[in-house]
Amino acid sequence: MSRLLMRKTGNAKYLSHLDLMRTMQRAFVRAGLEIKHTQGFNPHPYMSFALPLSVGIESLCELMDFELDDATELERIPCTLNQKLPAGLHIVSAYRSENKFKNIKWLDIFCELYYDDEVPENAVTRLQNIFSKSVVVEKRTKRGTAQIDIFPLIGSLRINRTAEKVVAIDARISAQDPSLNPGLLITAINKYEQSLTPDFTKMERREIYDADLKVFR
Amino acid sequence: MKQQLERILQRVQKPARYIGGEYNEIIKDKSKINIRFAFCFPDTYEIGMSNLGLHILYGVLNGEPDVWCERVFAPWGDMEEEMRRCNVPLYALESGDPISSFDIIGFSLGYEMSYTNVLNMLDLAGIPIKASDRKELFPIVFAGGTSCVNPEPMSDFFDLFAIGEGEELDLDIVNLLKIAKKGGWDKTRFLSEAAKIPGVYVPSLYDISYNSDGTLNSVLTNNGAPMVVTKRIIEELENSYFPSRTIVPSTEIVHDRVSLELFRGCIRGCRFCQAGYVYRPVRRRSPDFLLKKAEEALSDSGYEEITLSSLSTSDYKGLNELCDDLLEWCEPRKVSLSLPSLRADNFSMELMSKVQKVRRSGLTFAPEAGSQRLRDVINKNVREEELLESCRVAFEGGWNSLKLYFMLGLPTETDEDVLAIADLVNKVLDTWRTYAKNRSRGVKINVSTSCFVPKPHTPFQWESQIDMAEYSRRVKLLRENMRSRSVSYSWHEPDVSFVEAVLSRGDRRVGRAIEEAWRLGGKLDSWSEYFSFDRWVSAFEKCGLDMSFYACRVRNIDEVLPWNIISVGVDKSYLESERKNAYAGKITPDCRALCTGCGANSLLLRRDCDE
Ligand code: SF4
Repeated sequence: MSRLLMRKTGNAKYLSHLDLMRTMQRAFVRAGLEIKHTQGFNPHPYMSFALPLSVGIESLCELMDFELDDATELERIPCTLNQKLPAGLHIVSAYRSENKFKNIKWLDIFCELYYDDEVPENAVTRLQNIFSKSVVVEKRTKRGTAQIDIFPLIGSLRINRTAEKVVAIDARISAQDPSLNPGLLITAINKYEQSLTPDFTKMERREIYDADLKVFR
Repeated sequence: MKQQLERILQRVQKPARYIGGEYNEIIKDKSKINIRFAFCFPDTYEIGMSNLGLHILYGVLNGEPDVWCERVFAPWGDMEEEMRRCNVPLYALESGDPISSFDIIGFSLGYEMSYTNVLNMLDLAGIPIKASDRKELFPIVFAGGTSCVNPEPMSDFFDLFAIGEGEELDLDIVNLLKIAKKGGWDKTRFLSEAAKIPGVYVPSLYDISYNSDGTLNSVLTNNGAPMVVTKRIIEELENSYFPSRTIVPSTEIVHDRVSLELFRGCIRGCRFCQAGYVYRPVRRRSPDFLLKKAEEALSDSGYEEITLSSLSTSDYKGLNELCDDLLEWCEPRKVSLSLPSLRADNFSMELMSKVQKVRRSGLTFAPEAGSQRLRDVINKNVREEELLESCRVAFEGGWNSLKLYFMLGLPTETDEDVLAIADLVNKVLDTWRTYAKNRSRGVKINVSTSCFVPKPHTPFQWESQIDMAEYSRRVKLLRENMRSRSVSYSWHEPDVSFVEAVLSRGDRRVGRAIEEAWRLGGKLDSWSEYFSFDRWVSAFEKCGLDMSFYACRVRNIDEVLPWNIISVGVDKSYLESERKNAYAGKITPDCRALCTGCGANSLLLRRDCDE
């Protein structure tokens, strides 16, 4: 399987999964790279992303699988493709990998919590407390809502004050089976310590790992 | 502002339409720019980015090294609300800079229902909406586009109008602005110089007086502004800019594909069709040129679809060969070719089946009227036999759904004509029963009607629109006589058409009502979520203006019409004789069969229209 490691940062975070697929498909054509199409009645280029990213979250580690008609072109992909992409999308590398996406287990998410007035007193400790025991929040599901405990889905969590009005959470969370929507971290803060609810949040996916905490490529 | 915007974008629907950054977007170094140009499209990103004219003018203007043209669209309601709440002024997508500091702001006016958006966008930008309230030279606010063939309803708001095709005209305006900037001119001086550019209409240089019955008495010019402003055209399309490198949106828009413009103008003279008159004369591009450009555009954009765009694609000479060549290039690359607006004749059907090898989409015919008599009145030269023959080919070819478009309220229409629509649809069904390949799958005929809107610069410009109650009565009549389960009938509500009719043939006073409608909350009127008929009614009432006076009144043939100031190249006497022919049910041959001397050839240096 051929695989791309790419970044989706800046305004590109507003592109939906579908937008990203379409954009990548066209970028390949622009670059004159032919990707294999699916068989069948309505053939379309085969491409598959690991862990679809929610709109509004940046990422340094998006992985996309595809297959080239001419595999020898793999090397020149980052360079050619990067000239054909919209702002904020950037290919870091292209390589062969047999490691299946289903082996991904953890991911690092970096959240910046912005407080317009000032950071509430003892915010760091209080935030830490929220996530040090069972954290039950309401999750939207296909059939309404459900109460889930996200504590088991958090591998580790570090909290720092990074600027005058910013507190950052570095969390390693479950990537799949089941996945933890990082937005639920903010939901939890809002539920347990409402006064700590930030005025604005930025999130970035930073790294992905397998079950042994080895970086997944 | 940047973080403010970031916060807003987290809360709105489809934020990707507010960020720019798409492939082929043009970014320039501000310090090297003399003229900042805001190209405003008064509708959403999805609609505006689907507009070919935008891509052309964006390319033309940015071809100037010291001009930076950026795009601006109307925000959706949720975005507007957030922008107003957080004091984020309307900004251009490329730089993110507020457009109030730009040198020139150009709006593309394609349809009347975008008028309130213009006011809303200016207001969101913090720019006074009325031209007379903008005393400084900068920013100059102007409009171009099809609706400007009657500029009067919007003349309170724009400093000038660019009439006709913009490729050269917009540059002339920008170049004059450069001189004005360098020379430190005031706005008055700039406008009176601009009025000397062919195709520029400066409304403030004209005085209008009215008769006691509300009609126009006279239009007087001062400062030597021309009595008639004649539209500009590009004579040699192949020598002018072709958009083969266009911005490719990252998010979904309405028409997301390469659009190949085969020709401008139309050889048919459908008497109801404004485009058919105002884009005259026909100027075509050669198949070789088009093939080359299509390949360039597809390779550059990576699009998986190309469409042939023109008013009447099947009239393109050499279409068959062009399609063959295109398909030869497209098929191995898995690019699909689509053909909109085909005529219901044999030739088109043959073509259709060829094209559909790549991808199958719906089949649509627009006979416009049900009876042959009425089709002759409107000069829609499609005979019933032809239509049914096309249907036969389609059904034999395995099609089992079909869309048919008609208008109700065409001049001289009687109940008989309305019922003829039901007859025609029945005959189409019979054709299906006789020729369908696989009858067990059934058939679906979608019939739709809209209310005819008489438009300026057409032979029907003097006609009255039927009133809304009458339209509804005819809809009911048709519905009751078209009851087959295989037919589904949908009709456009007449209220939008009525407002359209008022705005399209309005005079200067209508501007007050447009402003009032906007003040009452009007915006995004082309979206049913936002359109409010009652709001328009109150706006006109408040201004003491009678909407029926504009929509439902037959004009005297020598009445001074608000758009007399504009010439699209077609003589008034020609429109008059076409109107007479309409009433006599007399067909006028198309330009290929015979030039009937409309006058539009006078726009060409070579004086000969293409075919
Ligand atoms: S001048 Fe003749 S050929 Fe040219 S557009 Fe008019 S009618 Fe057609």
